[in-house]
Amino acid sequence: MSHAGTTGARRISFWLALLIAVVVPVVFAATSPLLAWRDPVYIVAGFAGVVAMVLLLFQPLLAAGQLPGVSGPRGRRVHRWVGGALVLAVVIHVGGLWVTSPPDVIDALLFASPTPFSAWGVIAMWAVFASALLAGLRRRLRPRHWRRAHTLLAAVIVVGSVVHAMLIEGTMETVSKTALCALVVVATVMAITKLRVWVKRAP
Amino acid sequence: MTKALTTRRTFLAATGALVATGATGLILPARAQGVAPTQSMRGGANNYLPGAPIVERIGGGGFWMTGTVRRAGDGAPLSGQRIQIWAHTTEGNERDPWSHGATLTNANGEFRLEMPQIVPTFGQPHGHLAYDDDEFRTVFLRPVMSSASDTSLSADFVLESA
Repeated sequence: MSHAGTTGARRISFWLALLIAVVVPVVFAATSPLLAWRDPVYIVAGFAGVVAMVLLLFQPLLAAGQLPGVSGPRGRRVHRWVGGALVLAVVIHVGGLWVTSPPDVIDALLFASPTPFSAWGVIAMWAVFASALLAGLRRRLRPRHWRRAHTLLAAVIVVGSVVHAMLIEGTMETVSKTALCALVVVATVMAITKLRVWVKRAP
Repeated sequence: MTKALTTRRTFLAATGALVATGATGLILPARAQGVAPTQSMRGGANNYLPGAPIVERIGGGGFWMTGTVRRAGDGAPLSGQRIQIWAHTTEGNERDPWSHGATLTNANGEFRLEMPQIVPTFGQPHGHLAYDDDEFRTVFLRPVMSSASDTSLSADFVLESA
C-alpha cells in the first residue's frame, strides 16, 4: 500500500471513530425513555447540553490541528465558529431549563441549588462566556497572555462540563456519556500538551 | 515546667481525630429540646403551589410517598396534619397543578399518598413535600430517590411551633 493510501485509510478511520463517539451518545439521548415525560422546551434544553458536550470534543482537536483535513488556519477558523455555536448551545440549554422550571435555574445560578452538578455547570457556563469575550478582545492582548488565559478557561470549561454531565441522571446513557466525557478530557490534555501553552516563545 | 508544644504532626493528628469523630457522629451538639425540628431543604419549595387539595391519590397512582410527622422536643406523633406533595411524574411536571395533592396524617402521625411514578428531572429523581399551615413553622422537603426505578419515597417531618 502506498504512503498516500495509508494516510487516507488513517484519515477515514479517525473520522469514523470520531463520528461513532459523537453519534452514539446523541442517538441514545434522542431515544431516552425520559423524553416521554418531558415538554418540548425541556427536551430541546437537554439536547442543547448534549450538543454542547459534542462540540466540546471538537474544540481541542481543532485547536491542536488534529482533525485530518481541518488543520492550520482553516482549523482555527472552524474552532472560532464552533466556539460561537457552543455559546449558542449553552444559552439554549440554560434558557430552556429556565422556561421549564425557573426556581431550579435561579437556585443554580445563585449557587444555592441542592444538586452539586448545577454549580459545575454554571461555572462552565461562565467560563464559556468569558472565553468568547476574551476571543473577541484577542487582538488587544499579548499573544502569550491570550493563549494562557484561553487555555485556562478551556480547562475550566472541560472539567466543569464533564463533572456536570457525569453527576446528572438525565437523558444521556451512562456508558456513551462516560466515553464522550473521557474523550473530551483526553483531547483537551493532548491539545494543551501539543500546543505547549506554558512555553515562552519568541515574539 | 510544661511546655505547650504544637508540632505540625500533633496538630494534624488532633485535627484528623476531631474530623473523624465529628464525621462519625460521635460529637453531637447539646440537645436540651430532645427531638430537633426538621429544617427546610434547599430547593424544597421550588414550584410549590399553595393550597393543594386533599386527594385520595394524585392521578393514576402506582407510586407511594410516605412519611411521618412529629412534634419537636418530645417527638410526639402529630395527627391530622396536612402534607402537600408534588413531583415531576409520568403524568406531568412539577408546575402542572395536577401533579400536586395533599393528605392528612393518621393517629400515629403517619401519612401515605399514592401518586404517579416519579421520573428524573433536573438531574435527579426527587419529590417535594410541604407542611405549610398555621400551627407549626413551615417546612419544605426535597427527598431524592436512590434509584429512578424505586416505587416509593419517604420523608419525615419534625415540626416546631410557629
